[in-house]
Amino acid sequence: MAPGLSREDVAKVAALARLTLSDEELDTFTEQLSQVLEHAKDIAALDLEGVIATAHPFGLVNVVREDELCASLDRDEVLAMAPDAEEGRFAVPRIMGEAP
Amino acid sequence: MSSATQIARDVRAGTTSALAQLDTSLAAIRAENDALNVFLHVDEEGADAAARRVDELVAAGEDPGALAGVPVALKDNLCQRGVPTTAGSKILAGWRPPYSATVIERLLAAGAVPVGKTNMDEFAMGSSTETSAYGPTRNPRNPERVPGGSSGGSAAAVASGMTPLSLGSDTGGSIRQPAALCGIVGVKPTYGLVSRYGLIAFASSLDQIGPFANSVEDAALLLEVISGHDPMDSTSLPEPAPSLLAHLEDGVAGKRVGVVRELVEGADDDVLASVDAARAALEDAGATIVELSIPECRLGLSAYYLIAPAEASSNLARYDGVRYGLRVDAEDVAAMNEATRTAGFGAEVKRRIMLGTYALSAGYYDAYYGQALKVRTQMIEAFRRAYLNADVLLGATAPSVAFAFGEKMANPLTMYLSDVFTIPTNLAGDPAISVPFGSGAGGLPVGVQLLGPGRSEAQLFAAARVLEVANGVA
Amino acid sequence: MLPAGWEMVIGLEVHTELKTTTKMFCGCANAFGAEPNTNICPVCLGLPGSLPVLNVRAVDLAMAIGLALHSTIAPSTFHRKNYFYPDMPKDFQISQYDLPINKGGYLDLPDGSRVSIERAHLEEDTGKSTHLGGSGRLQGADHSLVDYNRSGVPLVEIVSGPDMHSAVQARAYAAALRGILIATGASDGRMEEGSMRMDANVSVRRVGEGLGTRCEIKNLNSLRSLQRAIDFEADRQVSLIEGGGVVRQETRHWDELRGETSTMRVKEEAEDYRYFREPDLVDLAPDAAWQARIAASLGAMPAERRAILLARLIEPSAAQLDALDVVVDLGFDELVLGAIDANVDPALALARAANELAASSERVGALAPGSFVETLLMEQAGELSATQAKAVLLEVLEHGESPRAVAAAKGYKQLSPDSLEAIVGELIEAFPEEWTRYQEGDEKLAQFFIGQVMQRTRGQANGKAVVAELRARR
Repeated sequence: MAPGLSREDVAKVAALARLTLSDEELDTFTEQLSQVLEHAKDIAALDLEGVIATAHPFGLVNVVREDELCASLDRDEVLAMAPDAEEGRFAVPRIMGEAP
Repeated sequence: MSSATQIARDVRAGTTSALAQLDTSLAAIRAENDALNVFLHVDEEGADAAARRVDELVAAGEDPGALAGVPVALKDNLCQRGVPTTAGSKILAGWRPPYSATVIERLLAAGAVPVGKTNMDEFAMGSSTETSAYGPTRNPRNPERVPGGSSGGSAAAVASGMTPLSLGSDTGGSIRQPAALCGIVGVKPTYGLVSRYGLIAFASSLDQIGPFANSVEDAALLLEVISGHDPMDSTSLPEPAPSLLAHLEDGVAGKRVGVVRELVEGADDDVLASVDAARAALEDAGATIVELSIPECRLGLSAYYLIAPAEASSNLARYDGVRYGLRVDAEDVAAMNEATRTAGFGAEVKRRIMLGTYALSAGYYDAYYGQALKVRTQMIEAFRRAYLNADVLLGATAPSVAFAFGEKMANPLTMYLSDVFTIPTNLAGDPAISVPFGSGAGGLPVGVQLLGPGRSEAQLFAAARVLEVANGVA
Repeated sequence: MLPAGWEMVIGLEVHTELKTTTKMFCGCANAFGAEPNTNICPVCLGLPGSLPVLNVRAVDLAMAIGLALHSTIAPSTFHRKNYFYPDMPKDFQISQYDLPINKGGYLDLPDGSRVSIERAHLEEDTGKSTHLGGSGRLQGADHSLVDYNRSGVPLVEIVSGPDMHSAVQARAYAAALRGILIATGASDGRMEEGSMRMDANVSVRRVGEGLGTRCEIKNLNSLRSLQRAIDFEADRQVSLIEGGGVVRQETRHWDELRGETSTMRVKEEAEDYRYFREPDLVDLAPDAAWQARIAASLGAMPAERRAILLARLIEPSAAQLDALDVVVDLGFDELVLGAIDANVDPALALARAANELAASSERVGALAPGSFVETLLMEQAGELSATQAKAVLLEVLEHGESPRAVAAAKGYKQLSPDSLEAIVGELIEAFPEEWTRYQEGDEKLAQFFIGQVMQRTRGQANGKAVVAELRARR
């Protein structure tokens, strides 16, 4: 459990979330997030042994649909909104590294 | 502007046309939108087509639907096919969805006329509409004040008379709080009552779409149209839309109204005065008042500010510049993701994404997010227990009347406190309605909040109707 | 083979695409080889506002796999696995984490060993990227193109225990697993199309010691690559350790052409996936009735079917055992059993199924079992020679006519005993040397004479009858 949120923690989290922060932002966010987490400590400190997280407030289970075809989107319409497309596919700058 | 109920009646009867109603709405929008910044996009072409269709149906003697010809404003986190949908963010600037939300399909099927997309806090994160990337919306009751948020634009659309109805979304109070600050009716339905398909997600387990209106009857009319099971939303309740209008005049005689201490403590005096007056009005109408305490509510804010950002951090990961929206180019795709998100998201969104990412990350999950989910279970059970002793609960909606621009922006925590009375019901999944009742400092409107057990909208609306009548609305 | 004193430990993770008509969470077609981005919708493209709804057939097939692997079908939950990658439209994958649908289980291999199954769970597949510029491989590419047709295709991931100790065993496991996946109808097992993909976790240790550090070899797509890659990797690790080095925990890629594994990525820090329960889906708890339905629809698995057929063979040769495997693999065992029950010689039925039917395997689905039996009975009775019987079968498979009709059309008449006698007599005169050698005991020449008879009768003679005639005259 984190004693306090450090600048390094915030930098790591920003990287995980694909966000670049300036030094100033790093400072400001560290302070602000620390304050919010201060309040979250009330939650962290509770003894909730045996309490189970609720999945759906009204207990829905087994919601499924039949294995039946539905209309797909028109490719042109979809690619028209893409920032970059080539040969019917979405184009992206080079990918550094395989998928995890 | 006439009520939605009246407009629909007149259009169906042929005494007015959908086009004429649309003209009125567009004129009102043209007159005030520059000053108030309510609409981010007015879809004149689409609205015109919808209005014409309704008029054609009427001319052909066919049923044009329950909302025939009624202009409706839509919060800009609702996907509408071919219409710019931004969620108040730069990262979706110019994006036109290739599909429409289920609620919009239902609106159209009922003959409603969607006129445009309204301003909101970016990705619904905020309580004042000040985090919008497109400038704040001004409160029609006092343009120096915020309209509340995150559905500030939709609330202002109705409060200013631009449209008789609008749709917003409520995750921690984002319909009810702006309704209170703008002096109109706003409803957060039972979780799952209204389909979320097509609602740009903020916090999936908390988000609900709901109506804004000038009257309880109009709100009921709109909710009946949009609610009911949707096979496109796995979390949607299995039953069809509830019958609300038929129960509007049921009254509250013999009902127990619980005034919840934790849903009024800390509110300003003018707000407390309204809650007192509302309590008296309900008692006069035959309800029994009980004093209740739900101490679990005090943990609501902390639990919410762990659960909502956690889900949001995941829901907003898709905005990566690959398939739609903003892209800021870079040498490799990860750098492109980063540059795009850094440029495209505002400070509040970044703050919550980081908070959420942290709460979910290895080593902290159990202490923060995991615990918050358990607190939520306790909240649900606490409300269920409360409803053993009361049929309906009463409290304040917001701690104060509409505040000034910038007043709560310096420290995020100050803004988060605006949601202290509304958050518990989102966590519980239960419905709640804010009804205008009395006015406070500077003549600004005050809203009081009625809460009910899951799926009890009919009873809730009946109680709200009692308050409305007591407040002088026919 | 590893040097003495060393042991390899192998666990396999196999991903199989499920043979459903539509994707896991939407109604787009689950089809291989379509034009890029033609089977996409808001859901599998992860557009803002989209929501997943679970495909019941994917659940059925996942349960079938679980039952076939002797797993326990348990109440399960879906989780989000969060990470950024361009082939993931939501930048999270919906999968199952700590509560998978199938827990435990085992798979018995032909060599008698048992491999434990830890779990088999449901998840969605990602899109596919092609890399341009450079060699077409990921390294050195200058940009990539993404196709989301595969995004959202249902997958089951089957995780074995670290129970295998040789590449041969791992290969046998993979082959047996594939047979089961095909037999349950869950998968088409087409590794070359990517519908079944294997990752191998390989570590080595000196016998008696604890587990060594393991490396993961990803995306092996043939049984041969699997076996070669594991052997290479185990050798590599042993050499490394014996040379004083330390095995790094990492992900490696198998290069089929160069026959070696190489580093993809060093796992310095395990990726933080921030798993949390998918709030857009509800829990899955298949009741006893549902499970019973799946169990009832499940036929015998390959191992059992093999045993049943084996029991009907009399002292099978190695070639017949191979034929048995072919027949079971192709699912012709029922046909063969039916023929044996109708008094066809087991060896004959097996041979015709493993050769003639296998050659036209796509057509066997439409073959009337009665036609198969009839043809073989005719051959067995001497009414058709082997050559003729094969031709009739081929024709029946092609055109679905009755065997007798085909035989008549082809003019297959049995050679009369007199004609046969006469022909054999002619041949004895024509080939005196060969006849002398045969008389002296050179059995091989029987084949020579049979060949000659066949030539002269255009295949109409019955081989056995020829042999009988030769022997009679010897």
